[in-house]
Amino acid sequence: MISCTINGKKHQLGAHPMRRLLDVLREDCQLTGTKEGCGEGECGACTVLVDGVPVNSCLVPVAHVDGTTVMTIEGVHSEPLQEAFVVHGGAQCGICTPGMIMAALNIRRGASLPEVKDALAGNLCRCTGYEAIFKSVLAAKR
Amino acid sequence: MKTPLSSTTLLRPRTLSEALAMLRDEGPLTPVAGCTDLYVGFQFGTVDARRFLDLWPLDELRGVQHDVRTLRIGALTTFADIIASPAARRLVPMLVAASREIGGKQIQNRGTIGGNIANASPAGDSLPVLAAADAILELRSAAGTRRVPFNEFYTGYRTSVRRADELIASVEIPPIQGTQWWRKVGTRRAQAISKTMLAAVRPVSSRGRVARGTWRIAIGSVAPTVLRLRHTEAVLDAGASIDDACQALVSEIAPIDDVRSTKEYRTAVSANLLRRFWTETA
Repeated sequence: MISCTINGKKHQLGAHPMRRLLDVLREDCQLTGTKEGCGEGECGACTVLVDGVPVNSCLVPVAHVDGTTVMTIEGVHSEPLQEAFVVHGGAQCGICTPGMIMAALNIRRGASLPEVKDALAGNLCRCTGYEAIFKSVLAAKR
Repeated sequence: MKTPLSSTTLLRPRTLSEALAMLRDEGPLTPVAGCTDLYVGFQFGTVDARRFLDLWPLDELRGVQHDVRTLRIGALTTFADIIASPAARRLVPMLVAASREIGGKQIQNRGTIGGNIANASPAGDSLPVLAAADAILELRSAAGTRRVPFNEFYTGYRTSVRRADELIASVEIPPIQGTQWWRKVGTRRAQAISKTMLAAVRPVSSRGRVARGTWRIAIGSVAPTVLRLRHTEAVLDAGASIDDACQALVSEIAPIDDVRSTKEYRTAVSANLLRRFWTETA
């Protein structure tokens, strides 16, 4: 059994230890806000926080979240980033958006554009809406 | 996902000694840590192994320690840990520079230096740095510990002297005299695997005194293993021109055409990197 806290709620997961965290979140926990893009750690669409640190959930065996706290996009509430993405058009097709938000959560207030780009370097947007995404994050982190 | 994960087994030791006993008694096992290379292999069906030994929870293999000038990095130390380490920044800035360009933040948070070494890809981003730094690897097994110079670790394409019952426990970086330099060339700064990359150290000379240290040049992605360019170093140590050094470099590398680049491009750009190092550290 793998014990962890997901979005503030305690879970006992009976999953095979090598299953991807991404699949366990989506299929066993019905948390489908976390998306699969590339499945090989390139695109960041599946980003979640494990003990507060962003990781690609497509590359994490579920065994590695035993004893940890996991946060997915469903655990993000009243977050200025979400409002800013709406106001500044930070989402086009939306597939990259949950990963973008999760990767942006740890960006410090007052961050510069290069810092934002650095933090989001592991997140791809295939609509190529980077300008609007950076604008959204900069606005939320002002 | 081409590899059915239900066909795999994960052994989960709680201590390093338990891990070493499992490697000895229950092998063959493939040690894994951050799994950032492993799951890419699963996705493409290129991983033959099915039984894995999970090192990730073994905190005794994690962390950066240092005395005055020697750095000791536990094999499970992530690239994010290295970037955050004041001692690593001060003593081996070229390693911090390389760590910053490995994947994106998500990969840096999981990928470990031990994994980068054990994966043994000629394109491993930290490897030219470790070659230029004359790093020493500490290999542990249930039978004991041995220290292997990093530059004697690889024996060919993705092969090394590590025995099946051994783990890479730590990487030691002795004091480096001179100016460190690192540059990776890929299609994109983040996430891309390199076409070529160079780590180098230029000896320091000041006020007409004899230079301290020697030239050290190491290169990745242009041969079956990371390379230390001894002939190029000798040419530079002898005081020859940068043109001669570039010619020596070209004679020492063995780049190929593949999905990421061409032999021609890699040859030209590798020489350009040496020239750029020469200019920028002058």
